[in-house]
Amino acid sequence: MAEILEFHIKGGDFNLAGKASSKIKKKLIQLGVETSTIKRIVVATYEAELNVVAHAREGKLTAIFEPDSIRIIIADSGPGIEDIDLAMEAGFSTATKKVREMGFGAGMGLPNIRKNTDELEIESKVGVGTRLEMIIYY
Amino acid sequence: MKVVELAEKFGLEIFSGNVGLQKEISGGYVSDLLSDVMGFALENQVWITLQTHQNVIAIASLKDLAAVIIVKGLQPDPETVKHSEEEGIPLLGTDMETFEIAGKIYKEFEI
Amino acid sequence: MKVSELIKLTEGRIAAGNPEEQINIERAFSSDLMSDVLTLDDHHIVLITGLANVQLIRTVEMADVPVVLLCRNKPATPEMVNLANEIGIVLVETHFSIFRASGVLYQNGLKPLY
Ligand SMILES: Nc1ncnc2c1ncn2[C@@H]1O[C@H](COP(=O)(O)OP(=O)(O)OP(=O)(O)O)[C@@H](O)[C@H]1O
Ligand SMILES: [Mg+2]
Repeated sequence: MAEILEFHIKGGDFNLAGKASSKIKKKLIQLGVETSTIKRIVVATYEAELNVVAHAREGKLTAIFEPDSIRIIIADSGPGIEDIDLAMEAGFSTATKKVREMGFGAGMGLPNIRKNTDELEIESKVGVGTRLEMIIYY
Repeated sequence: MKVVELAEKFGLEIFSGNVGLQKEISGGYVSDLLSDVMGFALENQVWITLQTHQNVIAIASLKDLAAVIIVKGLQPDPETVKHSEEEGIPLLGTDMETFEIAGKIYKEFEI
Repeated sequence: MKVSELIKLTEGRIAAGNPEEQINIERAFSSDLMSDVLTLDDHHIVLITGLANVQLIRTVEMADVPVVLLCRNKPATPEMVNLANEIGIVLVETHFSIFRASGVLYQNGLKPLY
């Protein structure tokens, strides 16, 4: 049976952002996954977690540890993404001034996620929310 | 050193703002945070950043900076180019990363 | 370059971690943007930055960056220090600007990435 970890993510709370990714990192180290693979996984997860914190109201992160891979699902309720192709472009960001002053809002999160995942699916509905599902093979 | 000399010496691309190329540079400032530049950059410094949006020129103009260098081969937004023309603040570019271009330019202004 | 030499060159002081840490720093990266830091794929780096918040420490944890240089006298907050110690990151504070720190470290042999 695949092991599952679940986390709640609160929009706007940057102090807690990264908690889920940090726990997942520890788990992957325990499992003995290769360092470079762990890094790909946690970078993608952290960017997705940050996007919920920066752009949405709240979200849920589910990490499913399969024998040969990890599947991560991040679903949020929030404003949604109007144009996913545009959002995927490096440099595109709607981050607020406040968020930018904290070091976010380079518009590189989604491109980073794409680069680090083997499979990525994004669904979004404006005014409802966004759902990311990604798979990374060990 | 003048902006134009700096651009030549380090092979910087000149996107816009040619009117300001004869300005004398007093030193460099590195930041990707606009409030940081607002607070601490000094007149006639050249600002090295990864930011490409038009607020960059607004701040460069307010702080009387000599020029802006965009790193990592990023292209400035069209509005940023337009703004740089209007304000006469040269917008320059390099493929180098911040650390490398800052490292090289620093040598020119060392006291 | 060892942490102790980095401290000496930047007139810095240690805020978290051990100054005698025998990490061999080969390259440096200057940035204030988290997503930019998350693109790094080298493990012998010092990150030179003007940010000083907890998110910075989280980010370097994910990016596997072992040493961070906080510039322009931005003090590390107690939360930052605690988290850095917990994760095992060396934090150094300096009064140098990012420009000056980059210049001095570049001249003393640290390489850029790529
Ligand atoms: N979960 C989300 N809900 C709503 N909008 C989102 C979400 N994730 C991304 N977006 C939209 O897509 C844009 C691009 O996202 P991306 O992660 O690439 O950059 P960013 O978050 O703005 O900045 P960075 O990730 O570099 O700090 C965001 O600015 C936002 O408009
Ligand atoms: Mg993002």
